[in-house]
Amino acid sequence: MATATDTHHHDDHHDHAPPFFQRWFLSTNHKDIGTLYLVFSVIAGIIGGGLSVLMRMELQNPGMQYFADGQMWNSIVSAHGLIMVFFVVMPALIGGFGNWFVPIMIGAPDMAFPRMNNISFWLLVPAFLLLGASAFVGEGPGAGWTIYTPLSDSQFHPSPAMDMALFSLHLAGASSIMGAANFITTILNMRAPGMTLHKMPLFVWSMLVTAFLLLLAVPVLAGVLTMLITDRNFGTAFFRPEGGGDPVLFQHLFWFFGHPEVYIMILPGFGIVSHIVSTFSRKPVFGYLGMAYAMVAIGVVGFVVWAHHMYTSGMDVDTRAYFMAATMVIAVPTGIKIFSWIATMWGGSIELRTPMLFAIGFIALFTIGGVTGVKLANAGADVILHNTYYVVAHFHYVLSLGAVFSIFAGWYYWIGKMSGRQYPEFWGKVHFWLFFAGANITFFPQHFLGAQGMPRRYPDYPDAFWGWNMISSLGSYLSAASVLVFLYVVYRTFTSGERVGANYWGPGATTLEWQVSSPPPFHTFEELPRIR
Amino acid sequence: MGFVSVLRHTLAWKLWLAGLFLLVGLGPTLAEELVGQPTPWGIGLQPSAGPVKEAIHHFNDLVLWIIVPIAVFVLGLLAYVMVKFSARANPNPSSTSHNTILEVAWTVVPVLILLVIAIPSFRLIYYQDRARDADLTINVQGRQWYWHYSYPDHGDFAFDSRPIPTADLKPGQVRNLSVDEPLVIPVGATVRVMAVGQDVIHSFFVPALGVQKYTIPGRALETWFKADRAGVFYGQCNQICGTNHWFMPIEVRAVPAEEFKTWVEQAKKKYARADGTPAAVAAAPAAIQQLAALPR
Repeated sequence: MATATDTHHHDDHHDHAPPFFQRWFLSTNHKDIGTLYLVFSVIAGIIGGGLSVLMRMELQNPGMQYFADGQMWNSIVSAHGLIMVFFVVMPALIGGFGNWFVPIMIGAPDMAFPRMNNISFWLLVPAFLLLGASAFVGEGPGAGWTIYTPLSDSQFHPSPAMDMALFSLHLAGASSIMGAANFITTILNMRAPGMTLHKMPLFVWSMLVTAFLLLLAVPVLAGVLTMLITDRNFGTAFFRPEGGGDPVLFQHLFWFFGHPEVYIMILPGFGIVSHIVSTFSRKPVFGYLGMAYAMVAIGVVGFVVWAHHMYTSGMDVDTRAYFMAATMVIAVPTGIKIFSWIATMWGGSIELRTPMLFAIGFIALFTIGGVTGVKLANAGADVILHNTYYVVAHFHYVLSLGAVFSIFAGWYYWIGKMSGRQYPEFWGKVHFWLFFAGANITFFPQHFLGAQGMPRRYPDYPDAFWGWNMISSLGSYLSAASVLVFLYVVYRTFTSGERVGANYWGPGATTLEWQVSSPPPFHTFEELPRIR
Repeated sequence: MGFVSVLRHTLAWKLWLAGLFLLVGLGPTLAEELVGQPTPWGIGLQPSAGPVKEAIHHFNDLVLWIIVPIAVFVLGLLAYVMVKFSARANPNPSSTSHNTILEVAWTVVPVLILLVIAIPSFRLIYYQDRARDADLTINVQGRQWYWHYSYPDHGDFAFDSRPIPTADLKPGQVRNLSVDEPLVIPVGATVRVMAVGQDVIHSFFVPALGVQKYTIPGRALETWFKADRAGVFYGQCNQICGTNHWFMPIEVRAVPAEEFKTWVEQAKKKYARADGTPAAVAAAPAAIQQLAALPR
């Protein structure tokens, strides 16, 4: 790990910060933009999570109690997915923690393109508003977050709602592409003297791989969105068989983006967990190069497995065989990471503070989500699991119990650094245990529902599915309560949190952000640090 | 006195023997009639009604026996590490960050485990892919929001299969699963399914038969199943397709061959069109009207 020999800054907290409007609406400061992203993701998370509680309320009992009809249900389901993916997880991990800590960790004064950084953030605001508004227009965008044609085409979603959702994704995509270019340029060009790629912190590695995935995958999303928009409005027939097109083409193009997208959502979390496990074990990460290149391998292989989302779409059996094999390959670098984290803890001196609880929870629960992914990778079993609650359980384990755990882990780890005030440890632990219990109670029974054949995206179900649905819904209320506890933790932190110094975690925290004050000055480095 | 000698000397012995004969006599019949549906608090896969699902069950068991121990192993390691190397138990951390043997092992062993999974997995998908020596072919077409079945080998008669509204359920019918006209097939026949699309993508999904295939406009996709025993096997549409996606169930009835022949003869008359052409109703305009009628 690299450490700075010299960090040099003038006055602390009130130096050079611009006036309010310029500071927060016209920002060119990576830390402020990171803060904007984090606040945005919390707001979007409350909305997206609120939708999921509504969904679980409906599913608690058989029959339709709260939703007017299936189309309203479909719109809410789709909105929940799109919001969580594009407006919660990605902004929090990439825009939030990425912006905050990549420049500091590599000893750079800011991102390579500070003003474009701001555009990336502010594009998300109209994107989110467009998506929200689409739910109130016409029949709403009720085709799932995967928006397959022909359902998403104009014949079956005639109102502007679907077009609004598509434009919303275009804006969010543009935000991500520009952010990706920014991160790649920053990391490849602006590392302080002495910080070679092989001395970079693992969080920076994770952001580099994520940025490449974004750069290569999101333009494909842009392409397929545009093709759908022209099919809907301008008479093209990319996906219309009556015009020579093919609905399955949509699926290939969407998932070519969609699969790297899920690695985009998890890789930064891998980086955060590496930092936290190392800090709270007071040991360097085990097998640093293996960890870095495992992430590279996951990113590269993640580009050639997309059709495992399409096993029932009629692809040739040899094609399915290939995608099965390629998908299972990803388990190898992922396993290397899981075992390396455990090996990092082995022989360490472990303190179970809140960030470490979330990080260990991540390792345990991501493993569970990962092995159900291995089962789903097998097309033969996927025949009866595809589109069932088994898939829903799988991706919520890796996302809600993986990516979201890593977001909370990062928050608890870094909030003292970002704000200068520490969170209350007791309430942090209460939040962890409530969320841990709630999320597991919500999602574990969904494996049973899926095995028994319950399809996803259903507002009502045959009575036999009642039992586990009831349990799952009760779990979701517990998770919702835990979010309230988190908001209380945030409140306590900002109003009466203990003020902290540069390194409040001790000798286990070895990266550059722990050498600067908490919070860092407006311009972190007036002089480049030199890395030993 | 032993159990058998007590029995032998009581009336209960005679009754027990009679019961045994009854069970043996009726047993096979009872065991054959299978209802493929979810069960309350069910944890595993639905019971299997044919060879495709049997094969999936075997494979699923293999994978479960691998992934559950792996997950338990990782959880166990984590628990152990948290206790053995807590700050109190181990105040001086080591700085070990490499161990070549371990790193090789946890790369190679997962590869071997994946091979153990992959080989039967490949066999399974090639087995499931298409029917060998199909006895009959059935066209399955998903429409908003019902199923349309046709029997090209039997004069191409066709009919719609619609769910029974909850208010009209009769005793013995299952809410959200029972339909008015089930898909009838003969027991023991290899059935080739051609899944064809009409409006949007639906998914023909019958867990007990181990079958799922999308119905995609512009494509005809083949899959197959065989029902080893008589019974009723339920399924549901499994690809989001609009407002009634949740209310277009599938009901497959497997009946003895004789009964199937009778049913076919009746069906040909029942579903015949006045002008003799097979039923091929354009459903899309109807779906648009339904959509337009939604309260918004």
